[in-house]
Amino acid sequence: MLTSRVIPCLDCRDGRVVKGVKFQGLRDAGCPVELSMNYERQGADELILLDVSATPEGRSHQHDTVRRVRQALSIPLTCGGGVRVSDDAGLLLEAGADKVSVNTAAVIKPELIDDLARRYGSQCTVIAIDAVRHDDNGWEVVVQSGRERTGRDAIQWAKEVVQRGCGEIMLTSWDRDGTRSGYELDLLSAVSEAVTVPVIASGGAANPQHLIDALKAGASAVLAASIFHDGEYTVADLKTVLQDAGVEIRT
Amino acid sequence: MREIAVIRTGTANLASVLAGLTRAKCDPVLIDDPASVISADYVVLPGVGTFSAVMDELTALGLVEAIRQRINEARPTMAICLGLQVLGSSSEESPGTQGLGVFDARALRFDNGLPVPQLGWNRVHPEADCRLLCEGYGYFANSYRLDEVPPGWAGAMADYGGPFVAAIERGPVLACQFHPELSGQWGAALIDRWLAAAQESLPC
Repeated sequence: MLTSRVIPCLDCRDGRVVKGVKFQGLRDAGCPVELSMNYERQGADELILLDVSATPEGRSHQHDTVRRVRQALSIPLTCGGGVRVSDDAGLLLEAGADKVSVNTAAVIKPELIDDLARRYGSQCTVIAIDAVRHDDNGWEVVVQSGRERTGRDAIQWAKEVVQRGCGEIMLTSWDRDGTRSGYELDLLSAVSEAVTVPVIASGGAANPQHLIDALKAGASAVLAASIFHDGEYTVADLKTVLQDAGVEIRT
Repeated sequence: MREIAVIRTGTANLASVLAGLTRAKCDPVLIDDPASVISADYVVLPGVGTFSAVMDELTALGLVEAIRQRINEARPTMAICLGLQVLGSSSEESPGTQGLGVFDARALRFDNGLPVPQLGWNRVHPEADCRLLCEGYGYFANSYRLDEVPPGWAGAMADYGGPFVAAIERGPVLACQFHPELSGQWGAALIDRWLAAAQESLPC
């Protein structure tokens, strides 16, 4: 039986891992290669490496970081941040990513998803959807690190990206990200029910119960950053709690 | 360092395969000509993408007969993911495209209401006659699968809404639906066992 995945996320800026709430007040959290190896040893099922550099100069570290992490890491690696055209994805795959995640560029130009799926396969094509709760009902897609509303309904967008060939959705509740109040479960179950591909829950995790709730709500995997970087829980700690709660995990 | 020939199938995530082989203390080199496929001591056939994309590439490079010959002569070969499926005869993914035809099998799409692609770690259960494959978790990224171990091969099964073929082996030939290069220490140990068995099978 397929196990539920626990995925630490490393936000990288200028070649270093950083942490902060909603990308504000970023602090240094360490070396990407060392942290990656630590998480693999702790039992991480996969890693996500997102480049959040503010400038193109900062971003030039990205491929080098991916290359160095890949040499050491023997679990899957998803990379994203700044992918605008399919060649950007190609360069990340060449550097050692197994999957590439795309966010803003896919919203601006949805055909990019078809192109990525055709060139590299659906299993390489991860679409990151950032959503905020809408005043009326439902959720709206936001881009540019949450700064810009798009008018798109998150559930409809999720269906569209899958139709276009996306193989996995990384779903972040921008209302919850960095708040430590748990994943947004209604959003998670609405998207998981609407699509046929695996959904990774992201945004708001602070304790093991949050992870259990997300998996029960339909997520195939749970992503977290600060709880790992802050050393509150190791991946192994969390997986033990998940297992005790009856969640199938890789031991 | 032992040189390993990796067939350039023109597909993504080759970097992970090369990094995995390097960690196994090998020196991976890319090849795309029939003579190298036949003469290399160790060959890896990676595969990510679609069945027809990989077969079109192998056909264009003139490698179809060379790979078939290698495997039929039980020369050390490891096929990964789609590399396993193209050993069969066809796939639901690409109607009309012929596989390498090492055995007669058609790859079918997962059709069980579970998310597709299957992405993640699944428990691999080897049958008693396996020499290389062990019990453990492998990392899978696939929408299609074989549902029976071909005659004459030893196999390992996994379950995703029903049993499917996780890997097969015959002497120094190993073909995995999962990605050994992404399956942590368990995957690394499998690559080591394959290398050891492969080395044993080579003439002195």
